[in-house]
Amino acid sequence: MKLLSFRGGVHPPHRKKATEKLAVIKANEPKVVYIPLQQHIGAPCEALVKVGDEVKVGQKIGEASAFVSAPIHSSVSGKVKKIAKMKTPTGEATCIVIESDGLNTVHESVLPKGDISELSGKEILEIVKEAGIVGLGGAAFPTHVKFSPPPDTNIDTIILNGAECEPYLTADHRLMLEDPESIVYGLKAMMKIVNVKKAYIGIEDNKKDAIEKMLECVKNEEGISIVALKTKYPQGAEKQLIYACTQREVPSGGLPMAVGVIVNNVGTAAAIATAIKTGMPLVERIATITGSGIKEPKNLLIKVGTLFNEIIEQCGGYNGTPGKVIMGGPMMGLAQHTDDVPAIKGTSGILVLSPEEARLPEPEQCIKCGKCVEICPAFLQPVYISAYGLKDMYDKAEEYRALDCIECGSCSFICPSKRPLLHSIRVAKREIIAKKKKSK
Amino acid sequence: MENKLIVSSSPHLRANESISKIMRDVVIALLPATLAGVYYFRMGAVKVILSAVIAAVLTEAAIQKISKKRVTINDWSAVVTGLLLAFNIPASAPWWLPAIGSIFAIFIVKQVFGGIGHNFMNPALAARAMLLASWPVQMTAWVKPGTDAVSTATPLAIVGGEASGQALPSFMDLIVGNVGGCIGETSAILLIIGGIYLVYRGVITPRIPVIYIATVAVMSFLLGGFDISYMVYQVFAGGLMLGAIYMATDYASSPVTEKGQIIFAVGCGFLTAIIRIYGGYPEGVSYSILLMNVATPLIEKYTRPRVFGEVK
Repeated sequence: MKLLSFRGGVHPPHRKKATEKLAVIKANEPKVVYIPLQQHIGAPCEALVKVGDEVKVGQKIGEASAFVSAPIHSSVSGKVKKIAKMKTPTGEATCIVIESDGLNTVHESVLPKGDISELSGKEILEIVKEAGIVGLGGAAFPTHVKFSPPPDTNIDTIILNGAECEPYLTADHRLMLEDPESIVYGLKAMMKIVNVKKAYIGIEDNKKDAIEKMLECVKNEEGISIVALKTKYPQGAEKQLIYACTQREVPSGGLPMAVGVIVNNVGTAAAIATAIKTGMPLVERIATITGSGIKEPKNLLIKVGTLFNEIIEQCGGYNGTPGKVIMGGPMMGLAQHTDDVPAIKGTSGILVLSPEEARLPEPEQCIKCGKCVEICPAFLQPVYISAYGLKDMYDKAEEYRALDCIECGSCSFICPSKRPLLHSIRVAKREIIAKKKKSK
Repeated sequence: MENKLIVSSSPHLRANESISKIMRDVVIALLPATLAGVYYFRMGAVKVILSAVIAAVLTEAAIQKISKKRVTINDWSAVVTGLLLAFNIPASAPWWLPAIGSIFAIFIVKQVFGGIGHNFMNPALAARAMLLASWPVQMTAWVKPGTDAVSTATPLAIVGGEASGQALPSFMDLIVGNVGGCIGETSAILLIIGGIYLVYRGVITPRIPVIYIATVAVMSFLLGGFDISYMVYQVFAGGLMLGAIYMATDYASSPVTEKGQIIFAVGCGFLTAIIRIYGGYPEGVSYSILLMNVATPLIEKYTRPRVFGEVK
């Protein structure tokens, strides 16, 4: 099989050995869950319950207040103890604190929705929306929004992202090995929503077993191809993945739908399958708990709202003093101030680095080696955007197309002078966007 | 534990690369040619190399100390500059000549403009040009390889007609470097091996050297009367290998984009061939690269790459 790819990119160490062979196990039942009303960009949810209410598993406890939003559901059965602002992995949000009764009584609304052959595309979209399904790759963008393109857009392809190009993480890999049927079922549901006949599942070549498994699973399916991708970061970045699978380039500033494609994570597809087959909304997910700072790395099925420190405790606790706790992978993950935050729908992993690994390198002078230009998957010149940004010359930074940066971090990774390239580009982007808003 | 956690913007993983690793790789790549230079030109070469390298490192340390900056001589970049300068000087030169060159390269060309990454010209080449203008006799007193230090002409001077009456060295001598010339430029084969090492290590891409050398080959074939052997001597003799692989690829003074590097390399090759064939001077590599160094900001300005998804 010919390996497909994109131009640019880097080769960070994989570091997946610790967990790639470990089957997903169910995490211990949390005694208390802290479910944030906002778990992604877009509008926060409005609470549907009040302190003292009894709730059940799968019960809707937060209603989406805007289009770009997704409802949230209780991951346990028990009593609402508190509704208050708390720290979350992405900042701060109002959380619904539920004390579990340990019974996991399922809510009456959780009922099988029938088979996709009997459901219409519209009905499936409604199920996806009501089940609070968001992108499970990390950004947690509400899935139903992706599937509601403007009427004049012509969508002809769906791509499932099974690249898992982030080092350390193995959650998607394990899902593809352990439950490929759900992924394919979810994909077929997606294809039905937008009525397309063609789909790809892109998987990096360092997961040969997953490629085989998925190939086996789709051999009788029409229109679904498994695409072996070159193992290279950021192979799973949306625009780069679309290019690898279809050779189509998403226009600058545009969305995948501009080239007729919708991209979703394999985990999202499996979550849709669960929502249709059992009626259970998105209340748990697979996450990889790993890194040298974790005693026993694991792939765990965790309930949304479980505290990081509780999850880490189940993995043998910290291996020495933790240096950095990251939600997600090492390339795009979010460093946490504390481990006292709840897992959310976008928690694809918890990575703990030792103080030695976490130590920030001392930046040196730029030697203009051009490596960042050579590897930038968006074909930008990070060296100049960063330099102009650091001099507060944001107009110049914009001229050098700062807004086209996908924030993959390849430039900072490769820089021999250890310069904070992406960091300075992020600042420049924020300044440029703020200025645009002002002038409007 | 909260306040002990390190919080920073992603990525949280960095490649195992550093300036000193890159510069050390350049020194390693230059080592075979250095040893060949010492083998061919004996103590003369040792004296020039030591003088250039020591002066470069001491100058860098002194300037950084005086200007109260962090002393970065352990990044090996001054060693590279010193070594490259020594490669561009004949073994017969007095010891103070390379020292003056190194001081000029590090102080005037590198540090005055802001240190590593900020030199708009290749420091070693700029120093060579300065030395050549100031001490033309000492800078062109070529000797034959061996212990006797008999004076000779370079193959390029012979093939170009500037040194009439001397026999052209054999092709084999030309490739291994058993000919007259600057200390480090004579052994084409060892310079190429070092270049392959640099490509393998990811320090340089083959883009600039290959295009530069190919341009010289094509131009000298076309302008030299379609003479294959003339072309071969133009490619393997003189400073072309040294210049194309190690000097034109200097990060700070060459473009960073693919298109820019292609224009830069073609420009270097074009100028080299023109100077060699029509100029009154058998060598053209140094001045070609220096001229293209100066043109680099302009090239960069007009070769901004097409951004992913940008409609033409």
